[in-house]
This record gives sequence, structure tokens and C-alpha cells, in this order.
Amino acid sequence: MTTISADQAVGTPTAVTSTLDLAGVSRWYGNVVAVNDVSMSLGPGVTGLLGPNGAGKTTLLHMMAGFLAPSRGVVTLDGRPTWRNPEVYRRLGLVSEREAVHTFLTAYEFVLASAKLHRLPDPAGAARRAIAQVEMEGAQDRRIATYSKGMRQRARVAAALVHEPQVLLLDEPFNGMDPRQRLHMMELLHRLGDAGRTILFSSHILEEVEQVSGTVQVMVAGRLAASGDFRTIRRLMTNRPHVFTVHSTDDRALAVALMAEASVTGVELGRAGLTVRAGDYGAFTRVLPKIALRMGIRVRQLVPEDESLESVFSYLVEA
Amino acid sequence: MSTVSWITLRGLFGRRRFLLLLPLPVVLIVLAVLSRSLGVTPHEWAPPVLVGLGLAVVLPVVALIVGTGVLGAEIDDGTVVHILTKPLPRWQIVLPKLAVATGVTAVTVAVPLYAAGLLADSARLGLALAAASAVGALAYSALFLALSLLTRRPVLLGLVYVLIWEGLLGNVVSGTRVLSIQQYVITLADRIAPTELLLGDVSVPVAAVMSALISVGFTVLAIDRLRSFSVAGETS
Repeated sequence: MTTISADQAVGTPTAVTSTLDLAGVSRWYGNVVAVNDVSMSLGPGVTGLLGPNGAGKTTLLHMMAGFLAPSRGVVTLDGRPTWRNPEVYRRLGLVSEREAVHTFLTAYEFVLASAKLHRLPDPAGAARRAIAQVEMEGAQDRRIATYSKGMRQRARVAAALVHEPQVLLLDEPFNGMDPRQRLHMMELLHRLGDAGRTILFSSHILEEVEQVSGTVQVMVAGRLAASGDFRTIRRLMTNRPHVFTVHSTDDRALAVALMAEASVTGVELGRAGLTVRAGDYGAFTRVLPKIALRMGIRVRQLVPEDESLESVFSYLVEA
Repeated sequence: MSTVSWITLRGLFGRRRFLLLLPLPVVLIVLAVLSRSLGVTPHEWAPPVLVGLGLAVVLPVVALIVGTGVLGAEIDDGTVVHILTKPLPRWQIVLPKLAVATGVTAVTVAVPLYAAGLLADSARLGLALAAASAVGALAYSALFLALSLLTRRPVLLGLVYVLIWEGLLGNVVSGTRVLSIQQYVITLADRIAPTELLLGDVSVPVAAVMSALISVGFTVLAIDRLRSFSVAGETS
């Protein structure tokens, strides 16, 4: 097993920032591989964990939070493993997807209990600060059973924030929230990220990730498909070269006409027809029929070469 | 009181399941009072009521409801994550929960058993039953608490132990009695207040040592299991 250094993180970890590292982490259940050889390093700021349902996001989050042993690889928080190590919870907070709260308590009691379990020096003060952070002061003395889904979620976030953890993991935090609650939660995550906390939240909705985070980790079928700045990845996903094979009644004439198009980055004339590299999937597929029509060429066949990746991409965009 | 105990108690008494604890002790007292007031001799009613109902049913079933409730119910609804995401050594979670389970079971069972023992023979028998059942409450609670970490169906497995192992096999195959908490409780109660109403099948040293072994062994097992507690992947 290997541990990777924190050097890859954004900035150098100091006493106030923490780095969560995953090194070659896999998790399988019998023959089913839920997470496949994922390595990443999470530093301060907000990171979105994006992927379709069943991509392994929750499994990955559970391993990060020390609630699941990696089948292979290691998850460390500031160099120490998270599995079988309750000490990590001094610096780590978790808001799981499951809407599990002690509904018989009021939000204040619930957050206060968390503060006491953390053995904070001033549990009452910490509980009040955490509740203020999620703006729940008005409802703090009502039983959680009477709350809406969004309010429950905020109460859980307050409980997870009560010890001011450097790392906060949230599994699908926007699920079931109305637009206003969503906006509120996004603002909160922004604030925490700007304050130097390491925030990771999972989502299967592209727009959510777009609005909250600058950095994104994309998971598809258990693998880390892309990682880095959101805008770069989005551009890569939409603008990466797409390869098509085209058969037509006059390949050479079509090749000449296509080369004049901005969306086309390369054309190769071969026996099997034309191999076209397009920088912009949408623009190319729109322009091809127009050119063919203008030049009186009949396109007999148009086959995208990398259909599988394409389907992943379109899923991510549509989701 | 520790925060873990407080949350456990609130959780236990905040669920409707708690109401299940009430009928059995009430039946025990009602039967004892009825038998006594109808003039049935203690030799006839005491063994079936004290042992057959009290020690063989009320004690293990109450312990099962409470013992699987203190942790198992939190695992079922996912609230256990709130306690586990704290920098607490896992024994600081298991021991308060075991204390709550043992305490609640002991109080729920000791009161009717004391009353029934008093009606059957003497205050000494009542106290003996109460004390022995407290020991039994600890052993059962440790067992059922560990079961809720070892299996997803702790109540079912607990019932199998109580009904099949202790109830059925205990009457047919004498060797199984060495691993029967019910037998330890009978032996210990009979040792504290010797009467002809209780007949223990195991020796006092076996009862004492085995009660301690079961209590400690399953507690240690529960602590170890909780250290490796995995959240089941629901969405993946």
C-alpha cells in the first residue's frame, strides 16, 4: 500500500487546512466492483463529486469518511488512515445521504448532543454558532419531526459543523430541496470553501456542481473519469475531438468542403472512406448535411467512432 | 449521565416499541396475584409463573426488545452515524448502551419478579429473583447488543436463541443448559434464596463464571465489531 503526499493539494496544508488523499482505492462487493482504482487529493475549497447514479460516489464517500474499508488502496486524512480511526472525526464531518435524524430531539438538542460527544469546551456556544451558520435559529427549539426535508438537512449540516471540521463530506446534499433551500445550501458551501475548509459534495446533477464548485471529480462506473477545474472539464467534454467515419458518393469533394469548416480539425481520405475529426460535435453534425446538400453529395453512412464515451458524456450533460 | 446514554434513553423511550415492554411484566404480576388470592399453593403456581413465565419469557423477551433497541434500532434507521462520526473510542459507545440496556431490562423485570417472589414465598425469594435477573439482564443485553452488530436480523436470531435453544433444546438436551442464561439465573436465584420452588440444572460456579464470560465476551466482540462498522452501500 502506498500513501501519497499532500504536496498535490491546493496550497500546503497548515494547522488550519486538511488534505484528504485517496491512493489506488478500490472497493468490490463479491464480483461487483463499485469503486475501481481511484486516486485523488482533496485540498481546501469546494469540490464536486459528479457522476450518474450507481457510479460509486456513495461508496467512495463512505470510504473517505471511514465507514467502509477499501478492498485495496488507502484513504488518509493528513496522512492518517480514516478506516478504524475515530480520531479523524476531530477534523472531519459527514452529512450522509440517508435522511437519518433523531426526530424526537429539537435541532438545538441534536446539535448540542453532537457538540458534547465531541467534548467541546463550550458545547452550548458551539451549538448556537453551528445553528446560526445554517440560519436555523428560529426553529431550533422545535422537534426535528416537525421539519421539512430541507430544514432537516440543515440541522444535520449544523451537527456536522459543530466542531468546525476542516473537511466536510456531503452525500447528495441537494436531494429533495426546493430551489430556495438549494440556493441557501450552495451559499453555505461557498462560504465554507472560501474560509479554507475542504468541502466535498456528491451530485448526479451537472448544474448543481456547476453552480457550487470550481473543482470537480467525475466518476463513471466506479472509475474516476475526469478530475480538475470544472470549466476545463466541461470544455473537454463538449469540445474534445470526435472522430467520425463518413461514406459518401464523392469522398474527395466532401473532404475539401469539410476542411473549410471551423468545426472540423482534420480529414483523412482512405479506402474505408473519410475519417473526420471534429472539434465540436454539435456543429459538425449540423453542418455536414448542409454541405452535402449544397454540393449534391449523398452521405451513405456516418459512424461516430467513440460511441461509448459519447454516451457517457451525453448522460452527464442530460442528467 | 453520558451523552450516549442520554440519546440512547431518549431513543428507547421515544419509540413506540417501548410500549411492548409493559404487557409481559403486568401479566406476571396479575397471574401471581390471582394465584395467591385464589388460594392455589405456591408449589403449584410458583414454578410455572416464576420460571416458566418470569425467567423463561419475560426476562429474555424484555432484554431482547431493549438490547436490540439500544443500538440495532439506530443502525436500522441510520442515526447511528451521528454517534459514530465522533472521536470517541468505540468502548465509550458500547458500554453506555450496554448499561442502559441492562438497567432498563433489570428494572422492568426485577419489579414484577420481586412482587411474584414475595407472593410465592418470601421477600428473600423476591430479592433473589430480582438480583439474579439483573445478572441475567446483563448477560442477555451483552448478547443481544453484539447480535445487532453481527447480523441484520438480531431480533430473529435472539428469538431463536431464547425460544429454540433455551426453551426447546434446554428441556430435551441437558447439555445445552450449560449455555443457557436462563439456567444461570435460576441457579443464582436458588443459591441466594434456597427454596423448593426453583430447581437449577447447572452448578453455581458454572452459572457465575459463564454469566461473566458471556457478558464480557460479547461486550468485547461488540466493541470490536463497532470499530469496523460499515455503512451498507444503498445507492451503489
